[in-house]
Amino acid sequence: MNSLPMQQPFCHQNIIEVSNVSFAYQQKPVMEDISFAVQERDFVGLIGSNGAGKTTLLRMIVGLLKPDSGTIKLFGQTQNDFSGWNKIGYVPQKNSFNPLFPATVREVVMSGLYNRSKLFKRVSKADQLKCEEALHAMKIEDLAAKRIGELSGGQQQRAFLARALINNPALLILDEPTVGIDVETQQGFFHLIKHMHQHHNITFLMVSHDMDMIRSYLGDRPTRECGKLKLYVKHSHELEDCRETNLTHSLRELRELSDREKASVASWKS
Amino acid sequence: MEILTSDFFQRALIGGILIGVTAPLMGLFLVLRRLSMIGDTLSHVSIAGVALGFIIGVYPLAVGLLFALAATFAIEKLRKAYKSYAELSIAIIMSGGVALASLFFSLETGPGINVEGYLFGSIYTLDDVDLLLIGIVTLIVLVAVGLHVKELFLITFDEDAAAVSGLPTRYFNMMISILTALVISVSIKIVGALLVSALLTIPAACSLVLARSFRQSVITVVVVAELAVIIGLIMAGVWNLAPGGTIVLLLIAMLLLLLTFRRRVT
Repeated sequence: MNSLPMQQPFCHQNIIEVSNVSFAYQQKPVMEDISFAVQERDFVGLIGSNGAGKTTLLRMIVGLLKPDSGTIKLFGQTQNDFSGWNKIGYVPQKNSFNPLFPATVREVVMSGLYNRSKLFKRVSKADQLKCEEALHAMKIEDLAAKRIGELSGGQQQRAFLARALINNPALLILDEPTVGIDVETQQGFFHLIKHMHQHHNITFLMVSHDMDMIRSYLGDRPTRECGKLKLYVKHSHELEDCRETNLTHSLRELRELSDREKASVASWKS
Repeated sequence: MEILTSDFFQRALIGGILIGVTAPLMGLFLVLRRLSMIGDTLSHVSIAGVALGFIIGVYPLAVGLLFALAATFAIEKLRKAYKSYAELSIAIIMSGGVALASLFFSLETGPGINVEGYLFGSIYTLDDVDLLLIGIVTLIVLVAVGLHVKELFLITFDEDAAAVSGLPTRYFNMMISILTALVISVSIKIVGALLVSALLTIPAACSLVLARSFRQSVITVVVVAELAVIIGLIMAGVWNLAPGGTIVLLLIAMLLLLLTFRRRVT
């Protein structure tokens, strides 16, 4: 893939670049010769039938699986050279932790900060503040001292989203984030991530079965099809806006904005 | 009562207190990763090493340690071969260890081996070299865990997330295995190979009942194990009971108490 011309706006940098990737599970090909790119501030919905390789693809992108052939670039670097893993927030399909596991919500959210650069460092005041902000943004600050296994499915999903958000990621990868969650919580969740997409400098890659949500936000038709995978893409704003984007949106703002919106909706209804 | 002030009892107490910190700590990581049986496996394999040490005339605990280390690598290899049946590899290595131990014991014709002492513990025979070894292992474990408690937590809770964060998970898995092998091989003389795993797993079982946070569970396992070791050794000394067995029965008693007490609360 040739590089983009220089006059292209900054926001059209490729965040994920999948080139000619093939993968097989025990000789059974799951995907063959897949290529696509995700650009900065895209919201990409990944749709496909069971066994189409959605989860496999996400796991390859975050480096948990190695493609049999082809390359994956993150933020313009090949995975081997890539070191900015803290720029990526990943929420896997199902967190299969033991419900008895002794860990509080706060400890789980905080663990989003434990990466290579933190290896020999202690948890600082600033880290604790980040954790409180992530808890606050996901509205789970009241649950912070609870054991993670005591939470409901939707609350757990919020906790894992908070863990993914604590580093202020530039790329958020979500694998069926609403499986096993009731409809009302699902809607709240989609509202939240749509909001993050529109107001924050975050690029999204999300696997979902929820066609209603995908269609309502990303449009009726897939922008691309590669193999059995369909990609629905929405860019969050006009190109000219790019340079003005405030990169330091804090999680606190996120909560304030969503609270304000809720308040205005409520007052409008009454 | 004068046993309590005797030299060998004091040594036993120091050794016990040191192991009472490290064994439950490593046990907590193993239990939370659903690898409770690894303690048993490594200790059974160590026994084979101890027996070989007697035959070839090398410090037995050191040979036991080498065997335990070899077993951890073998388990890891087998675990990869039988991915979703991790416990299978543990069962295979365990029986292999016992088979090897019995073979070595039968080869040894002299009066050299006190088999019972290694199976059920012989804490009163701790000498200065044993104590030094236990001290070094304790130091290594405390430094390693103290330095990396965050990363060990994440790897135990969610290994995938740790890998995505760019943590060297293979290095940490290896570290947990090696530290466990170290702890088990030095614990053998204290509670015996057949009982070591109790010291690893029962405190962790208690912490699952009690602790809400990971921090609390780390504290709980050490407190529970220390209580059992100290009270158990004193009881065993005063009433002339088997120390290893007393400690383990005390641990089980504490777990039962916790379980019944909790049922009343909730």
